[in-house]
Amino acid sequence: MKKLINNPEHVVDEMLNGIAKAHPEYVKRLEGFEILVRANKADKVALVSGGGSGHEPSHGGLVGTGMLDGAVAGAVFTSPTPDQVFEAIKAVDAGKGVLLVIKNYTGDVMNFEMAAEMAEAEGIKVDKVVVNDDVAVKDSLWTVGRRGVAGTVLVHKIAGAYAEAGAELSEVKRIAEKVIANVRTMGMAIEPCTVPAAGKPGFDLKDDEMEMGIGIHGEPGTYRAPLKTANEIADEMLGKILADREFKDVAVLVNGFGGTPVMELYVVNNHVNDVLASKGIKVYKTIVGNYMTSIEMQGCSITLLELDDELKKGLNAKADTIAFRC
Amino acid sequence: MITKATVIAVIKDIAARIDKDWQYLTELDQVIGDGDHGINMHRGFTAVLQKLPEDRDIGAILKSVGMTLVSTVGGAAGPLYGTAFMKMGVKLAGKEEITREELLEAFDEAVAGIKQRGHAVRGEKTILDALEPALDVLKAGGSWDEAVKAAEDGIEYTKTIIATKGRASYLGERSIGHQDPGATSVTLMLKACADAAK
Repeated sequence: MKKLINNPEHVVDEMLNGIAKAHPEYVKRLEGFEILVRANKADKVALVSGGGSGHEPSHGGLVGTGMLDGAVAGAVFTSPTPDQVFEAIKAVDAGKGVLLVIKNYTGDVMNFEMAAEMAEAEGIKVDKVVVNDDVAVKDSLWTVGRRGVAGTVLVHKIAGAYAEAGAELSEVKRIAEKVIANVRTMGMAIEPCTVPAAGKPGFDLKDDEMEMGIGIHGEPGTYRAPLKTANEIADEMLGKILADREFKDVAVLVNGFGGTPVMELYVVNNHVNDVLASKGIKVYKTIVGNYMTSIEMQGCSITLLELDDELKKGLNAKADTIAFRC
Repeated sequence: MITKATVIAVIKDIAARIDKDWQYLTELDQVIGDGDHGINMHRGFTAVLQKLPEDRDIGAILKSVGMTLVSTVGGAAGPLYGTAFMKMGVKLAGKEEITREELLEAFDEAVAGIKQRGHAVRGEKTILDALEPALDVLKAGGSWDEAVKAAEDGIEYTKTIIATKGRASYLGERSIGHQDPGATSVTLMLKACADAAK
């Protein structure tokens, strides 16, 4: 393992301090906790998200005007504990309620739910949404449901916009759930990632292989196949997404997993936009970059979000955070 | 009667067993999960030992174990084991010693807590596949050794079924043939109880 770190156990702590020192105008760290909150608390419904670390800039980099109010960072790829999430809820609550945006993993859901119960016991109004946009995982009685992946960023963006505009908790939740219902993602990798504490990659890939249907925790995907060209890979991923629901008017997110050059993400996007145009699907907005990463994994995910006027309004609203501005 | 000293001894024995076997638990989890079960449980029970309020009653001690696990383990095991111990603590609040019946009632609360928190039932390749058969044996008047045997049979059973809960569920049929790490760690806890009963 070759990493620019001091000690695997100190990575999250040192990273959070590093973020807070770099961007004091955006965020501050809650002393004694693995939590980043807005530098200036806002008087509105608050959004809290988080999960295991290793997905930077998610979620700390998305704390700021028009998006999140607090982000809770667990150990690398491990859900944060309820007491940490509870502290974040208490810190950001302005008396108007808090919406938890949870990615659909067993541990995340349980820890955030326990935190919500703790907050409710203290009289704080809390509600939650669970993002499950990954079409690679079967949504059936036989699994815990689809994983929450890059589509989560669009939930932060659009629900965050409505919260910023003064919407009530129930309304912010309704918008978030509409985004979740309309968003689909598919991911793939050409190189795995290494969790610092584990010291070795989550899986091995030969030079001519790729892993399709990958999640964001270095876990193996749904199948392995010979490496193809970027266009062929994009076709395969889009095929899976377009088979899952109807799309007419979309936002596109081509998300890098951390180790893939932005150059290659644009290569993928070039074809994604062409294919959508050829199918008569209108691309309203395209976002390309590293938003929901998997440490240094090489690969990308493609996300499509079906839009209506309400979601477009949220997408276009002002956002000013470390990693996402518009 | 089961004394407070016995309860404390069992908790310390569980911590010692996890200290010995945490790498094994992690190896089991690397195959079908995300490979952190042993690491997380080890961190949790190390903290449990540091914070154990030995001068308090049995209920308060178990509640403290649960709170510590919830705030240190993370992942799925933290909320599940944490809830189980906290539920037992609530049931046994104020007790300095307990009967076998009271203990079994507390175990019932623990199982109910795990089911509620994890939205799980038996047969989904989880903690419950070892814990529930063991509890059934005890409730039918069986010995602790027989209960441990039932839990071990439960571990073997988890090798034959598809995981439908937790990250292992993403593997679908590929999870068959591998034992569940949670069923394994709960059996380790039952063994500590069985040894104390001798």
